[in-house]
Amino acid sequence: MSRLSSVFSACRAESRAALIGYLPAGYPTVEGSKDVLRTMVSSGCDLVEVGLPFSDPVMDGPTIQRAAEQALRGGFRVRDLFGVVESVAAAGGRAVVMTYWNPVLAYGVDRFARDLAAAGGLGVITPDLVPDEAASWMEATDAHDLDRIFLVAPSSTEERIGLTARSSRGFLYATSVMGVTGARDVVSSAAPALVKRVREHTDMPIGVGLGVRNGAQAAELAAFADGVIVGSAFVSAVQDDTVAALTEELAAGVRQVPSPA
Amino acid sequence: MSRGQLAPTPHDPDERGHFGPWGGRFMPEALIAAVDELAAFYEKARVDPEFLDEFARLLRDFAGRPSLLTEAPKFAAHAGGARVFLKREDLNHTGSHKINNVLGQALLTKRMGKKRVIAETGAGQHGVATATACALMGLDCVVYMGEVDTERQALNVARMRLLGAQVIPVTNGSRTLKDAINEALRDWVANVDDTHYLLGTAAGPHPFPVLVRDFHRIIGIEAREQILEKAGRLPDVVAACVGGGSNAIGIFHGFIDDPSVRLVGLEPGGDGIETSRHGATLTAGTPGSLHGAMSYVLQDSDGQIAEAHSISAGLDYPGVGPEHAHLKDTGRAEYRPVTDAQAMEAFALLSREEGIIPAVESAHALAGALVLGRELGPEGLILVNLSGRGDKDMDTAIKWFGLGVES
Repeated sequence: MSRLSSVFSACRAESRAALIGYLPAGYPTVEGSKDVLRTMVSSGCDLVEVGLPFSDPVMDGPTIQRAAEQALRGGFRVRDLFGVVESVAAAGGRAVVMTYWNPVLAYGVDRFARDLAAAGGLGVITPDLVPDEAASWMEATDAHDLDRIFLVAPSSTEERIGLTARSSRGFLYATSVMGVTGARDVVSSAAPALVKRVREHTDMPIGVGLGVRNGAQAAELAAFADGVIVGSAFVSAVQDDTVAALTEELAAGVRQVPSPA
Repeated sequence: MSRGQLAPTPHDPDERGHFGPWGGRFMPEALIAAVDELAAFYEKARVDPEFLDEFARLLRDFAGRPSLLTEAPKFAAHAGGARVFLKREDLNHTGSHKINNVLGQALLTKRMGKKRVIAETGAGQHGVATATACALMGLDCVVYMGEVDTERQALNVARMRLLGAQVIPVTNGSRTLKDAINEALRDWVANVDDTHYLLGTAAGPHPFPVLVRDFHRIIGIEAREQILEKAGRLPDVVAACVGGGSNAIGIFHGFIDDPSVRLVGLEPGGDGIETSRHGATLTAGTPGSLHGAMSYVLQDSDGQIAEAHSISAGLDYPGVGPEHAHLKDTGRAEYRPVTDAQAMEAFALLSREEGIIPAVESAHALAGALVLGRELGPEGLILVNLSGRGDKDMDTAIKWFGLGVES
């Protein structure tokens, strides 16, 4: 049973998509990231993705790269992640973690799942782990009742979409463009087609991310996705001190159009 | 190719690229279709006579193969009197072994119908080779190079630009080879429809470790024939430097089924492996996933990748190809660190004694041979892969030895 299902069913009951906001733990500092995430929760994020800063983030564009570098320079340690997740849960929010695979390996696959579940985390997004290589991860997430969110991309074949859907729990993360993270001016035209293809394989909720930065774009995605994922725009909003305003704008965005559910 | 350079071997990884527990594909889903396509094209090409003929023709008529095998007796006098032979990859067109792999992958790029090639480079040897192949075959070429490396290898930057490549200095992270690979991967995921990532070492996600190895197997195939002819027997030791490990895996494979031949990889020991300033991944690394594969990695206890250090830009990498991790585990190959100082001593020694200026990378293998020769004694026979020439390293040599003109 998915621990995230209540998030999506509650949004579906309101005929809307979920707003999913991302922030790297430790950015701008460990305590600062707790404050920002609490603001994101109280201003309208249905779910937050807590990023684990990594030295070699190949799926991230410059905005998130720089934020991760700042967190690591500030002395961020993997153990700090669990405190950040705990503070989201304590504030009544719901959190998943987004992490590259190597830090999980180094921490210990089972130990990572155990400590995250104990901190109140609900699942994990793994951008550089594909189901083909995830045997130990499947076992650990099953043992500790965590959702595991794999990614699909416009380049994914039908066979791979099927495999990814069967391997995921909670929701599927559809990358709307072929590229790295970062706010873009226009939402990709590839996203609706990808979501349509994924729905042929599963009735699991589908979150769409990469490139969203404002309410209008969120509304556009909310018309066909179950979750709208926003990352780099939140990192920029921390710099500009506009996190609450951005969250409210995006939350209004996902409420503009009825979702297809 | 008549000698079966690309033919499947009993040492190939499983279908998904695993050498024992190493290798595989630890990478974004968005790139899986591209590596699947590459693997499919390669599986066809490696047994296609037309591809094999074209590749053989390019190696012969463009790269200048076969490369020579040269005995180095005056150098060997410093190596306990053991006989030392050098496989002269430095004499290939563009000055290193890198051209073998580049020509193979550029041919595959054309077969896949892609028009644009991206590559990473450390010392610039792979970048120059890639720019060269792209010029030859009419492909657009973009090379990512750490900013630190563009400074220490300015001559190679100029070379690539002259060949028509765009060189993009990478300014994030440690500004060396690993960051150049990160940036190339970011480019690839955004442009994968028309772009091939021409990876320069036997690392990365499947099928790169196996196809890069196969394109370099010619080194070992030639060397085995040549040493049998010149020395009348197999060598006791084959020595090669290991950064990512492409030249080493290429020469090792010529001897991998000869149990009497020890395969020794020499890693960049930098200031010494007791310091944190080195790049000796197999000696001092721990298992991890970096740039698409499981292998040994230099990392901290949190799994953050460490910055490697080596006087040689081409070995300055905190990861290593997965087949080397497997060869280490099975004991078929052994790996030893060589410090900057040992490498530079061997660099000077070969220049002075034999009239051959080696690449600083290859000087690590030479330094290893000096030690191994003393261990083996006068009966010993050592084959060293001289993977590249040292013209590009004159700035490094000027600084290390104080060779500048007094003003």
